Amino acid sequence: MSFEIVAKSLSQIGITLALILIAFGIVEAVIFLVYNKVLKAGDKALTGMLLAPAVIGLFLLIVIPLIYELVLSFSNMNLHHFKDPSFGITYFFDNIKRVFTTKILKKMTFWPLLFQTVLWTAIQVTFHVVLGLMLALILNSKIRFKELYKGILILPWAMPPVISGLTWRGEFHSEYGFFNIILRRLFGDAAAIPWMTDGFWNFVAMNITNIWMGVPFMMVICLGALQGVPSEYYEAAAMDGAGKGTRLFQITIPLIKPVLAPSVMLGIIWTFNNFNVPYFINQFMLETSDILVTALYRAAFTYNQYGFAAAFALVIFFILFGISIIYMKKTGALKAVGD
Amino acid sequence: MKKNSTPLIQQDTLIESIIKQIVMIVFSVVTIFPILRIISVSLRPGDRLLSTSLRIIPLDATWDNYITLISNGKFFLWIWNSAIITLITAVIGLSIAAFSAYAVSRWKFRGRSALLLFLLGTQMIPAAMLIIPLFIIATKLSLVNTYSGIILAYSVQAVPFSIWILKGYYDTIPRSLEEAAEIDGAPKMYIFFKIILPLTLPALAVAFLFNFMSSWNEFMLASIMLRKSTMHPWTLGLRDLQGQYQTAWGQYSAGSVLISIPVVFLFYKSSRFLVSGLTMGSVKE
Repeated sequence: MSFEIVAKSLSQIGITLALILIAFGIVEAVIFLVYNKVLKAGDKALTGMLLAPAVIGLFLLIVIPLIYELVLSFSNMNLHHFKDPSFGITYFFDNIKRVFTTKILKKMTFWPLLFQTVLWTAIQVTFHVVLGLMLALILNSKIRFKELYKGILILPWAMPPVISGLTWRGEFHSEYGFFNIILRRLFGDAAAIPWMTDGFWNFVAMNITNIWMGVPFMMVICLGALQGVPSEYYEAAAMDGAGKGTRLFQITIPLIKPVLAPSVMLGIIWTFNNFNVPYFINQFMLETSDILVTALYRAAFTYNQYGFAAAFALVIFFILFGISIIYMKKTGALKAVGD
Repeated sequence: MKKNSTPLIQQDTLIESIIKQIVMIVFSVVTIFPILRIISVSLRPGDRLLSTSLRIIPLDATWDNYITLISNGKFFLWIWNSAIITLITAVIGLSIAAFSAYAVSRWKFRGRSALLLFLLGTQMIPAAMLIIPLFIIATKLSLVNTYSGIILAYSVQAVPFSIWILKGYYDTIPRSLEEAAEIDGAPKMYIFFKIILPLTLPALAVAFLFNFMSSWNEFMLASIMLRKSTMHPWTLGLRDLQGQYQTAWGQYSAGSVLISIPVVFLFYKSSRFLVSGLTMGSVKE
């Protein structure tokens, strides 16, 4: 940390910012002039001017990279052909064929990876929703120390995910992590579990970590949904002599389902694409606990198979897209888009 | 209609209350235990890092790890890198989102639904998918290991989500405000900057925080774009400390504590708004 570094970073950032501002200044001026002088629709100029930064930014930094990704999937770009890749339709078919038929990395093929990713997503979202709803129901009732519990339970959501991931990784250490310390004290040395070296236990470790990290979000969403349920319904049910179980399954759950649907959808997408937890808990010691997105990262940046990884990424995207569409159709989530 | 429970709804029996308390206590302990462990390890003296004690405050607690971490100079460099990158990207991201969300909220124009659907679709793109082309483009433009490269790459990451949150807030502001001002002859630009933006300050604060947090906590793109150790943000710095398991575990924990405290504090200050932003539009009054 020195004056030199600070000066260097500030000058670099200053130049970047200046360039961005100048570029947008020019764009805004052009839009203004085109609307006013050419189209004679000055009242629409503002809409265009307000939207321009977002449209240009998203186009340059999301759309263009995605198009480039598509182009890459038609190439043989890798470490040896980084500067001079060849492009062609045959490369595309080769890449796609490789995704489905050969090993993605060194051990796992595509289908086991997909199965593992779906299993991971299903386990996680189920736990998040069930535990989140259970805690929210308790927090929504009359209970002592409510605010204290809520404050504690929300902590894992507040923690930076990198710190949570690295910390849990440390706690799965076979000697000094608290899991094995506790197991050894309770049941003797033989009870210690090889969290970091055994494929199955590493997958369990991944799941434990992500349940801890993900429940608070769903709990808070459920709590928000529960507070929107009018108490008249419960009063009417109580008059009819409905018990607590009946009320939960006949009133509460049907009423909060539509509110939860978009959040569950987000949960599915986030979990499917969750990179941090599988990456940190495993840190490349085992291929067996990879999910699709960590395998993709390694195909690209450990093995430098850029063309192949691009094709693999497209396959992953379309699988997730398919899952999302089916989910939306089934639940009617996100009907409100566009109004 | 008041939300008080009426006499009709039976109170919890004693057994039910006890069960609820037990569940809450168990979950609270499970939640907080790993976090207390970080604090505990950070307070251990150097020669007892690898103890198998489960005490939260070690008997011989010291600030050694904090002193070592801060005096080796790297820690402040990481924080500086993270802070400067994050601050600039959050400002850019928020500006982009605030302007366009207003346009989307107030006017119907061609391509509006397409834009909204596109914003939603971006959430499905795995981060690892975008990183491949971004990295190759950055390599070709020699933007790897530069602040400019990472700032450009980060700047729109949080924009789609921010637009959604802000649009929800703008939608709740009655149009009569703008209409009244227009009748008085105020130009549209004036209305937006002088009337609308001040009203949406809480939402802007939340969107800013969301932008800030997503860059501050980002790991994957940083690990590819910022390979030089002088360019490391704190995420990569801590990863390296944690990787040298035997020697630096105490320093890693001390760093985690120092970084988590302000982040957690900010989160608690703003979580209320964040939640209302998330459930906005889905909760029918």
